[in-house]
Amino acid sequence: MASVAVAGAAALPLESTAAETSSTGTTAKSPTPSVMPPSAQQIAAERGTPADLPKAATGASTGPMCGADFMLDVLKSLKLDFIFSNPGSSFRALHESVVNYGHNEKPEFITCLHEESSAAMAHGYAKAAGYPAAIFAHGTVGLQHAAMGLYNAWCDRAPILTILGNQANGVNRRPNIDWVHAAQDPAAMARDFTKWDDNPQSLQHFAESTVRAFRITQTAPMGPVAVVADQDLQENPIPNLGALSIPKLGPVLYPQGDANAVREVAKLLVAAENPVIIADRYARTPAAMTLLIELAELLTIPVVDTGNRANFPNTHFLAQGANYAKNDVILGLEVSDFFGILHEFIDDDNRTTTSRIKEGTKLISIGTAELFVGANYQDFQRFNPVDIAIPGDAETTMPALIEEVKQVLTNERKATLAGRADGYRKAKLAAFNRSREEATWGWDASPISTARLAVELWDQVKNEDWAMVSPSSFGWIRRFWTFDKHYRTIGNSGGEGVGYGLPASVGAALAHRKHGRFCINIQKDGDFMYANGAMWTAAHHKIPMLTVMFNNRGYHQEIMHLQKFAARWNRGLENTKIGTLIYSPDIDYAKLAQGMGVWAEKPVIDPKELAGALRRAIAMVKQGAPALVDVVTQPR
Amino acid sequence: MKKFAVLTASIFALGMAGGATAQDKASATRGKQIYERTGCWQCHGYVGQGGGGAVKLAPEPLPLDAMIAFVRNSNRNMPAYSEKILSDADLADIHAFLESLPAPKSVDSIPLLKNLKPPQ
Repeated sequence: MASVAVAGAAALPLESTAAETSSTGTTAKSPTPSVMPPSAQQIAAERGTPADLPKAATGASTGPMCGADFMLDVLKSLKLDFIFSNPGSSFRALHESVVNYGHNEKPEFITCLHEESSAAMAHGYAKAAGYPAAIFAHGTVGLQHAAMGLYNAWCDRAPILTILGNQANGVNRRPNIDWVHAAQDPAAMARDFTKWDDNPQSLQHFAESTVRAFRITQTAPMGPVAVVADQDLQENPIPNLGALSIPKLGPVLYPQGDANAVREVAKLLVAAENPVIIADRYARTPAAMTLLIELAELLTIPVVDTGNRANFPNTHFLAQGANYAKNDVILGLEVSDFFGILHEFIDDDNRTTTSRIKEGTKLISIGTAELFVGANYQDFQRFNPVDIAIPGDAETTMPALIEEVKQVLTNERKATLAGRADGYRKAKLAAFNRSREEATWGWDASPISTARLAVELWDQVKNEDWAMVSPSSFGWIRRFWTFDKHYRTIGNSGGEGVGYGLPASVGAALAHRKHGRFCINIQKDGDFMYANGAMWTAAHHKIPMLTVMFNNRGYHQEIMHLQKFAARWNRGLENTKIGTLIYSPDIDYAKLAQGMGVWAEKPVIDPKELAGALRRAIAMVKQGAPALVDVVTQPR
Repeated sequence: MKKFAVLTASIFALGMAGGATAQDKASATRGKQIYERTGCWQCHGYVGQGGGGAVKLAPEPLPLDAMIAFVRNSNRNMPAYSEKILSDADLADIHAFLESLPAPKSVDSIPLLKNLKPPQ
């Protein structure tokens, strides 16, 4: 346990050796102080900077001067790179500590203009970096704003360390502002969608709870956590630095599935005539894709990638579409919604659900979902029984599964299975050619077709070391682009909370910046309008990112819902645009971006102008700045 | 006699018009307006190209009677529309509009598509 140098364990004399001569002439021991004054060494140990804590990077080391400084030392011990935050008085001391005591580095304060943006940036960052970031927020109004961002991360199994400022002591609250920003239990409102939270009552308590929280947020299944930073603890001098210690974080490990069960799964996969693998939130590290390719090729098994992580290269011949009716064995890797995938749901007047699989199909699940399940929010999806449910991290279990398959797989069987490859290659090529044919429909239309946008953009970025930092937004991207590396995508929001896209993209682009990757954000217009101050954050912190507006001027999914009910009640089909279209006036996203210091040109509605506009914007991004192209598109 | 012949021809023509189908009187111009007013374009695109789960409608739309039958009985993502909110005449106009849309270019005539790298 790394610890602050503590007061030396000098023995406290129980008896003095001093002697006194009594009146009777015998020698008796005289009373002496029960505690010796501290030695010079002890004084230095108690007041000096702890040896194993990071020193200030520049200037003389002053040591922590207040509780907030110690709290920052705790955060630094977690090797955080960034804190995403909008400023707030309830954590003013911690903020000041970051920028002064901590010299604003590791972690660096990333200025956000909305706490929802802070949370979404931390969410996107964590998925791209493979490591969490922290956010600061008021325990009341800040958390309320951040809540949707935390909920998305919860659903998406992404880690975020949330530090909430709060003034617990009413006597010390400034009138009005500190009162409306205080709560007895600040983290309560997010408790249903955070894995763990605490409200520490001392600095040592803060240290232990924060390190614990940081472990929990990364433990599978991952999810956000919250720790309250009390204002008095932050703002006052440290009563006894020497008594404080920061627990060591240690490596976070992931559970592996039961060995016997994995062996059974291997046998089933080898014996299956028509198996399929569904990969959902499977990939955690760069190794995941390589492992899954190995397994798939070993058995010539097709893989359906839900796109929630960079699970499997989409151009691989085994990356196939789903036809579950033919499958005899289905293996799900960190699948969050088996029921939804394996059933067709008709959202009709009489809602019906029909199974997509045939009787007798063996269902196998390897995943961590059952290791931690909330109850209130229903993101756990509808229950689907499986034949073998292996609790364990799918990526961690993969090497063992591959080994078991190799043990069972004879050369003869391998050759038989390899015979499936030709059919899959042909199907893959046929699907690709069909997609090209379909892309010609509306190719020259104005507004611009999404197929045209996807292909024009791909033509200009395909030779870059690119990363898609937003959800793909339309299917053409996955049909034509090559998602062959672990950082090509970070998946979706998880909770489908709109407003995730822009800030998450900024957070992910920040993670990719040090690798020099060319980041692309396909930005839905509705999502952009929730908290587009994230665009300013990208400009201010010089986060290069190409934002291409998917400006279809409306919430087209919601229009469908209104049309459904207009049709049901035979009325007002023409009114379904009310409350769903974003028009009259048409928003000029280029002007919005320019107003926040982001390079942009006028909206592009003629497909002939698209290539030039993209080219100019890409040139700006390659110079290290964010840029936006406002493309007015077809609805889908 | 000549006047009688003209009158007879006119009556005959009117008779033919009175028995003409909705398709005969369909208007692509009206169809485009209805297509936009009732929101067909929201899912099927401004030129019926489809996308995002919505099927392509043009060019070469389904025969009118098949299209009407689908619209009246759809039980998929698209709701079924009754005659009360989308009449046969409206659908005929829409059909005329869809039929008027030009055929797309071929893949080979679009270099960006032609030169796309196929999967491995």
